[in-house]
Amino acid sequence: MPRRHTERITSPAATTVGRITTTGRRLPGEGGLTEVLQLLVNGLAAGCIYGLIALGFVLIYKATEMVNFAQGDLLMLGAFAAYTYIGLFGLPYWLGFILAVLSMAIFGFTLDAVVLRRVIGQPQFAVVILTIGLGFIFRSAATLIWGPDIRTLGTPFSNSISQFGPIVIPDVNLSIIGGTLAISGVMYGFFRYTKLGVAMQAASQNQLAAYYMGIPVRLVFSLIWAISAGVATVAGILLAPVSLIDPSTGFIAIRAFSAAVLGGFTSLPGAVLGGLIIGVIEQFSALYLDEGFKDVAAPVVALIVLAVYPQGLLGQRQRKRV
Amino acid sequence: MRFVFKTDYRQDIGLFRHNGDRFWYGLLVLLVAAAPLLLDRFYLGELTYVFVLAVAGIGIMLLTGYTGLVSLGHAAFLGIGAYAHGYFLQQGVPFVLSVPLATLLTTAAGLLVALPALRMTGIYLAIATLLFAVIIEQVFIRWESVTHGFRGFSVGVPQVFGLPLTDPVLFYYICFAVLALAMLAAINLLRSPTGRAFVAIRDSEIAAQSMGVHLARYKATAFAISAGFTGLAGCLFAHKIGYLAPDAFGIILSIQLLLMAVIGGLGSLHGVVFGALFVGALPQVIAVLRDYLPDRIAQQPGLEPGVFGLILVAIILFEPQGIYGRWRKVKLYFQLFPMYKAATFKRQKTYTRSERNK
Repeated sequence: MPRRHTERITSPAATTVGRITTTGRRLPGEGGLTEVLQLLVNGLAAGCIYGLIALGFVLIYKATEMVNFAQGDLLMLGAFAAYTYIGLFGLPYWLGFILAVLSMAIFGFTLDAVVLRRVIGQPQFAVVILTIGLGFIFRSAATLIWGPDIRTLGTPFSNSISQFGPIVIPDVNLSIIGGTLAISGVMYGFFRYTKLGVAMQAASQNQLAAYYMGIPVRLVFSLIWAISAGVATVAGILLAPVSLIDPSTGFIAIRAFSAAVLGGFTSLPGAVLGGLIIGVIEQFSALYLDEGFKDVAAPVVALIVLAVYPQGLLGQRQRKRV
Repeated sequence: MRFVFKTDYRQDIGLFRHNGDRFWYGLLVLLVAAAPLLLDRFYLGELTYVFVLAVAGIGIMLLTGYTGLVSLGHAAFLGIGAYAHGYFLQQGVPFVLSVPLATLLTTAAGLLVALPALRMTGIYLAIATLLFAVIIEQVFIRWESVTHGFRGFSVGVPQVFGLPLTDPVLFYYICFAVLALAMLAAINLLRSPTGRAFVAIRDSEIAAQSMGVHLARYKATAFAISAGFTGLAGCLFAHKIGYLAPDAFGIILSIQLLLMAVIGGLGSLHGVVFGALFVGALPQVIAVLRDYLPDRIAQQPGLEPGVFGLILVAIILFEPQGIYGRWRKVKLYFQLFPMYKAATFKRQKTYTRSERNK
């Protein structure tokens, strides 16, 4: 039987809103190997969400050198879209899932084509402010459309658990880990083997050279925004059963920033790796350290790593040309 | 259009370029000094808030606008200044001593942040400062003996010139004086070798280095000075809000501070004032706009951040150079009338420009 505290630490949402209430400090090993493994799995699940959000950051940053501060809000919109299809229209889960991802991908494409394309080449932090402004608009729009209330999304994974030996894992967490593995696999295959994927890599390495090779760079950029919005939507739908949906769900992206810089802002595998590290650190520090350290452990680790590896763990070392 | 012919070395080091400048800035100072007579209490308070923001804005402008190091964590420095000042006042340190002490402390904190930050650039630095702010916010929450945790504490009200500091007119003049002095200090700093080194670093680290600018030293200096200005603003901010609690210094404030620099126009001290006016006045403008909207929309929750976002997006799309950039264009238009060419400020199409190899 799982003990109560392990049951409660099941989700990134739990860490976000600080729902974990452990009584004081515990020593590692006190609960045995089972507890460590249990925490590890929960941490990986939380980390997968961070990783997926960070993936969205990195996709966009690599290609267009924009830092998308509205990524978390795209996640929120995606979760609301899924809620609309599944919860309001009563469509089956998987159909709603696909429709939500598709509509958000179209949204991302349009967003780039209409708004973001205009500011390419402007100072980087004009763009940052732009996406911060977009984030404000998205949150406000979500409040206007769906209201400020908290929504739940029923999924096939809710309220069931799987048992692996002594470790008990809620199916929701399994779905998050599985979903992340699937997305990572698809991304890897896409960028490695498809023509479009290679074109995207080319465009992100050198726009001008990509132009000369006949790659439609603008279209490619819009497609990257579409993919990024789609990934955010998947993260949002996977997160929805554990964290509930409301217009401020997107603030989880602030933690994903740690993940993205930790792994290196220019590396897709790094983003996922960074997410996993942050997720696991959060879970362990919540249980084994004094209460005050719970919220600072992840930023402290990220800062230390950055001080040693200024480009993140897997980021490209940039050399300057004179 | 005015052409200044320099006939004297003093013209080179003078604060103003010509008598026109002297006249207009003098008029501005007169107007600002007369404001307590012209404005009612509410608007006077708002103007005071703008001054406080502007002092903090000088700090972030020196770092982000002139040295090219982006900080998303300046709320932490503002908080350190405010808390330190509040704590010193509580311990019975007089006001005139407490402000410099808090400023020095914040400067030291800035130096401390600079050490790990020296090797980072661009987005890594921005996120690192963001993480620093998150950590400092937790420190404010947990260090109960000094900060009183979540509950916070009210800032003492010292007597200055025989009046309590909360007197709006007195506080207005103090903030104005601090802003004026800070502005003078910043102007002179930027004309000194240190300031020119900052600008050189911003424009090209490699070029600066090859001209003998010690990158690490000057970046650390920039961080320290920037934190110092922000900490000074923090002291005034503490009195302005009257009650210190950790949630006043969250990420939203950091974003607002960066916003001031970007919206005002990166790389100009005029921009600081424009940016502070923008950030300080926007909530009021939105409140007024709200009255003109149909009731059904105006009563919706969450409208204000949306309007705020819309205005931000519009400014960045139509004037990425900030308010000061627009001002320069308008000014040139009238100076050259009717010979103004729209292409004057047009930059080369920068679709392929990259900041990666700069």
